[in-house]
Amino acid sequence: MSELGIVFALLGAVLAALVSGIGSAIGVGMGGEAGAGVITEDPSKFGKVLILQLLPGTQGIYGLLIAFITLSQIGVLGGSADVSLVKGLLYFCACMPMALVGYFSALRQARASVASIATVAKRPEQFGKAMIFPAMVETYAILALLISILAVVGVGSLNI
Amino acid sequence: MAVLQMQHISICALKKDRKKILELLQRMEMIEICDVMKEDILFQKMDLSNSKTIFEKNVSIANNALEILCSYVKEDKSMLSSFSGRIVTPPEAYDSFRSKYEEVLKIAKDISACAKKIAEAKAEIIKLQEQLEMLKPWINLDIPIGFKGTKSTVVHIGILPNEWNEEQIYVELASCMPVHLEVISKSKEQTCVFVVCMKEVSDQVIENLRRIGFAKPSYSSKIEPAAYQAEINDMILELQQGMEGAKQSIIKMSERRDDIKFLADYDVMRAEKYEVIGHLLQTRNVFVLTGYIAEKDKSAVEDALNARFDIVISYDEVRDDEEVPVQLSNNAFSAPIESVIEAYSPPGKGEVDPTFAVSLFYYMLFGIMFSDAGYGAIMSIACAVILKKKKNMEQGIKKMLQMFFYCGIATVFWGIVFGSFFGDAVSVIATTFFNSDFTIPPLWFNPAIEPMRMLTFAMIIGIIHLFSGLLMKGMQLVRQKDIKGLFYDVISWYALLTGSILVLMSMQMFVDILGIDFVLPGVVGNIGAILALIGSAVIILTNGRESRSPFKRLLKGLYAFYGITGYLSDVLSYSRLLALGLATGVIGSVINKMAAMTGDGIVGIILFVIIFIAGHTLNIGINALGAYVHTNRLQYVEFFGKFYEGGGRSFSPFKVNTKYYKFKEKMNNE
Repeated sequence: MSELGIVFALLGAVLAALVSGIGSAIGVGMGGEAGAGVITEDPSKFGKVLILQLLPGTQGIYGLLIAFITLSQIGVLGGSADVSLVKGLLYFCACMPMALVGYFSALRQARASVASIATVAKRPEQFGKAMIFPAMVETYAILALLISILAVVGVGSLNI
Repeated sequence: MAVLQMQHISICALKKDRKKILELLQRMEMIEICDVMKEDILFQKMDLSNSKTIFEKNVSIANNALEILCSYVKEDKSMLSSFSGRIVTPPEAYDSFRSKYEEVLKIAKDISACAKKIAEAKAEIIKLQEQLEMLKPWINLDIPIGFKGTKSTVVHIGILPNEWNEEQIYVELASCMPVHLEVISKSKEQTCVFVVCMKEVSDQVIENLRRIGFAKPSYSSKIEPAAYQAEINDMILELQQGMEGAKQSIIKMSERRDDIKFLADYDVMRAEKYEVIGHLLQTRNVFVLTGYIAEKDKSAVEDALNARFDIVISYDEVRDDEEVPVQLSNNAFSAPIESVIEAYSPPGKGEVDPTFAVSLFYYMLFGIMFSDAGYGAIMSIACAVILKKKKNMEQGIKKMLQMFFYCGIATVFWGIVFGSFFGDAVSVIATTFFNSDFTIPPLWFNPAIEPMRMLTFAMIIGIIHLFSGLLMKGMQLVRQKDIKGLFYDVISWYALLTGSILVLMSMQMFVDILGIDFVLPGVVGNIGAILALIGSAVIILTNGRESRSPFKRLLKGLYAFYGITGYLSDVLSYSRLLALGLATGVIGSVINKMAAMTGDGIVGIILFVIIFIAGHTLNIGINALGAYVHTNRLQYVEFFGKFYEGGGRSFSPFKVNTKYYKFKEKMNNE
């Protein structure tokens, strides 16, 4: 049954990149729609709006990060791919925080971003504050990233 | 590191000097005008909103003209021109522009008129082309389309739906001969026909024709279609020539672009000046101007005014209950951070300027999150080059670039500490192309290999940052002479937090989690516990001190004590230092790995360079943004949360608020 180990591990890695990537894609897309509207009125706000648009994009990158660490841990990127079933399942679990929190936080952060873009459209001088609202949501993605990293690295050093 | 002390300034001068004085003050940009005194019978305000409106209208005419010029004649702009800032111009240029004013305004209006002419011509041409299209099927008809007939014949010209040939139509008209008909043109959709018949059978003919769907053409004219077509073509040609002429004259007038820019700035300044004049109290010969001025600027203004005008200046201290505008002043290292503070909110009443404290941490936090020597070097060098090349930059952009310059230096530092140079580029290049295992070892440790150690380090940074925030609060309370508050709100928390840390550090389990190899002895833990208990007791007993009822006091105290969970989450929040730092490094490694997959032939090297440059550019962009946003967040939420509320109003002096030219008054000491 030890062949299944790597399947689960890879499934976890792929889901981390896949699900949070989807979330970020939707999120950045929402930001882009709102931003494009602002630019028609005032092209000079492009820089600020762009930053706000990109904020929900980080979850996808974190997902990529987890996927990459997992892939290199389980030896898919070269090395021996010898993963026991238990270890494979553990890797799978370790990837889940990033996958799920990444997805949902990207969506919620995108909504905060869109609202902040509206703020910047009317009051560009409040950019500093407007930026903080979406950044608050990101905290949870970062916490999930942290747990996923620690778990993946930790599972690698387990001897089961 | 300070909020500048403000004072009220009142300037009383003769009305004949009014314009000159205001222009001087406008260029000096040191006074914020405000209304302090009330109007009375003698001193009254003037309503100048009319002239202000005229200036504003002229500004929009000039801007409109500039926009039109832009769409016809592109300005030569280099890539870095957005950093160039406004052109510095001596005040004399402003005075001498007066003579050119009317002429330039006329040019601006002419440009708008030309643009309008072009737009109208374009619309007209489209209309004419539609007519040409309509005329096309009739082009072989050699009589006018509106031709009705002769003395004894009637002519029917019109359209039948679908395709018909002559025989088919003759069949339809068989009952009312003699008839002559010609098909002018036909297509699948319609057939254009010309029918001549005797007057007597005309009604019958038309009836038969209608039965098969005959309709009159949608337009009528007294000239033959071919001639009409030629006429329309002539008109289009004429319009096109007109357009070309207007275009040429716009291009010719674009030589005066600089003058029009000057016009826009000139009237912006005048509008602003008139706005200020509206605030002045005036009698027949004298006017009084009141406003805020920073104490350090007093002598400069005084010297400049006294040298040229008969004038009385007096100062008043600001009242305690007044909302005084805030101007910050800091050393060169901290000043770039001022914009970060202002983006949050300038310090409110009784608050210290946090710029210096923020700047100490800002560069460091940014550096830890970006943490790559290569990226930091690129950022610093780019900022330095632009700063060096464009001396005349606007203040805001200059500060921003300076900030990123320092951030870049911090990034280089932390990159070396954590051994990251374009990710792991050095070892990847060494193994791919030189078959060696050369690496640059980190000065301290590699966070990707020892994440727990990095996490501990991040939290230690967090604790230091938060403790500094508490320290700032303490300083603020001392400044406000609230010694009780210092003890209850700051020292008690220090005791509680330090005590808790000591207790945790003496527990074997906790130390194991963090991966630190020493445990504090139990005695220290006990001392810590006592310290924490005293601290929490003080907090619970005193933090509800504004309430009267003892029960309520206790509840409020307990609630304040509950704030310890806030500290916990604050410290955990610094784990982003680890997460973002790892993100930079790992994505960099992914890029290097992808680039290295191309092998080490010539093609491999070329592909390597392309992937390397594109990938790392992307990574710099994404992670610089992340580091910037999250550095701000740590400052705004975690650090400011401890002591800073803001709520002040930025100092906005009466100034030259222009777009293209900058008028600088020569100071005596320059």
